[in-house]
Amino acid sequence: MTWLTQWLKSALQEVQEYFVLLGKVGRGLVTPPFYARDVIEQFDAIGAGSLTVVLLTGTFTGMVLALQSGITLDKFGARSMVGQLVSASMVKELGPVLTALMVCGRVGSGIAAELGSMTVTDQISALRALGTDPVRKLVIPRVIAGTLMVPLLTIVADGVGLVGAWLIAATQLKVASAPFWNSVVAGLYIEDVWMGLIKPFFLGFVIVSIGCYVGLGTKGGTQGVGRATTNAVVAGSVVVLAVDFLVTKLLFMVLY
Amino acid sequence: MGVGGAVTDLAIEFENVSLAFDDKVVLRDVSFSLERAHTKIVIGASGSGKSTILRLILGLLKPDGGQIRINGERVDQMREEALMKVRAGLGMVFQEGALFDSFTVRENVGYRLFEESSTPIPEVDARVAEVLGFVGLGEFIGRMPSELSGGQRRRVAIARALTSKPKVLLYDEPTTGLDPITALTVDDEIIKLRDIEGVSAILVTHQLRDAFYVATHEAVKDGDQITFVPASPEKAGMTEFLMLKDGGVAFEGAADALRHSDDPYLKAFLS
Repeated sequence: MTWLTQWLKSALQEVQEYFVLLGKVGRGLVTPPFYARDVIEQFDAIGAGSLTVVLLTGTFTGMVLALQSGITLDKFGARSMVGQLVSASMVKELGPVLTALMVCGRVGSGIAAELGSMTVTDQISALRALGTDPVRKLVIPRVIAGTLMVPLLTIVADGVGLVGAWLIAATQLKVASAPFWNSVVAGLYIEDVWMGLIKPFFLGFVIVSIGCYVGLGTKGGTQGVGRATTNAVVAGSVVVLAVDFLVTKLLFMVLY
Repeated sequence: MGVGGAVTDLAIEFENVSLAFDDKVVLRDVSFSLERAHTKIVIGASGSGKSTILRLILGLLKPDGGQIRINGERVDQMREEALMKVRAGLGMVFQEGALFDSFTVRENVGYRLFEESSTPIPEVDARVAEVLGFVGLGEFIGRMPSELSGGQRRRVAIARALTSKPKVLLYDEPTTGLDPITALTVDDEIIKLRDIEGVSAILVTHQLRDAFYVATHEAVKDGDQITFVPASPEKAGMTEFLMLKDGGVAFEGAADALRHSDDPYLKAFLS
């Protein structure tokens, strides 16, 4: 019981400190100084840097989705509706979540390792000693870039996923292009598109803010950096799925 | 000019400063002061709170009790934004240098001026060249920190701390891990800054050889040439030792007094 109380206490403290960091981010977003060059650098590092992994993930997800659903739909003689199923799944759910998980693995871990190394080698203290607020210089550019780039990467993943599905539909399932694309459009409602576009903003924000929080809290030398990297990916992935559920629930109430 | 317009000759004052991390008391009622253009060498066993003193001065840590003043201005309860201004007058040389890995020597040394001031780039470059010349590393301006030796990294760190012309320099174990010859080059920089530039300093170290070298030598400038000679009594009086033990001050005084102390702990520490 003591162990459980202790665990709960430290978990609550972590959550509290995370929200303190978010408070500082909020204040830093509306008060100077701003580090515009760092924001642009992070757009490149997070956005352009994640493009390859997102392209590959999106394409293969679309392909396997078409293949699996094609076989299932065949049992009902509805193979031509494969586009509808793929578009609804990709745009509403798989595109945002898989993109977020990929970015979490690549970017969240990278941020935690980078900031963690800076913390254990006193570079964060050096920044403060040189008159720079690490939250403004390091956290805010990453949070802005992550929050804006994940939605863009999600659109890319959705697009290539549908192209991948079309390739499988055309070559393996023998569904002609026109009915496939008609079915893709038919399967999507504007609310679905909104949902697919809104969710990634939240997911991008939590991935990067968790990576920064874990990185800045690193203790214990290089071993600590390794631990921080693992924690950033594990916590980030779990929170991505939890936030996905909560935002989906919220959007169902608001949009539908 | 201090709070309320009081002028003080003290660069740094600690008054009954205490700090504990959970149950571990790091500093207990520590009081000392550093006069302008003087140097205080803080020695003590590992974990005695030496580096903590520097972090308290910079405001990287807040004390649990007591008061800390820099140039007469109380800083122990200052908010982070206000502390940024105070830090502009302080230069810190971290253990191992703490250079930014992804920046070149030029970007590291000029960091504060590049990022936190509106100084034109040519002026920043001129200042960077000047301070790198001062520490004898002018030709390393385009290198990355990973391409430097341990001693060079420390000297670049000193150059970085000097860029904004601080009145107070804080050194955290600047020679730890360096061979004696390289450590001497770092010691010489510390002496040069004290005697030629008139910078006040707190030097935290457990390298007694370096501590006594700094305390007993002075830099003499003859034209462009700087030589290091045994310190005159007047110069020697400008450097004091502060020894920490169990969170408190075990000794405060000049090098000679430390050497000739009868205290068994001090004797054991110096032997």
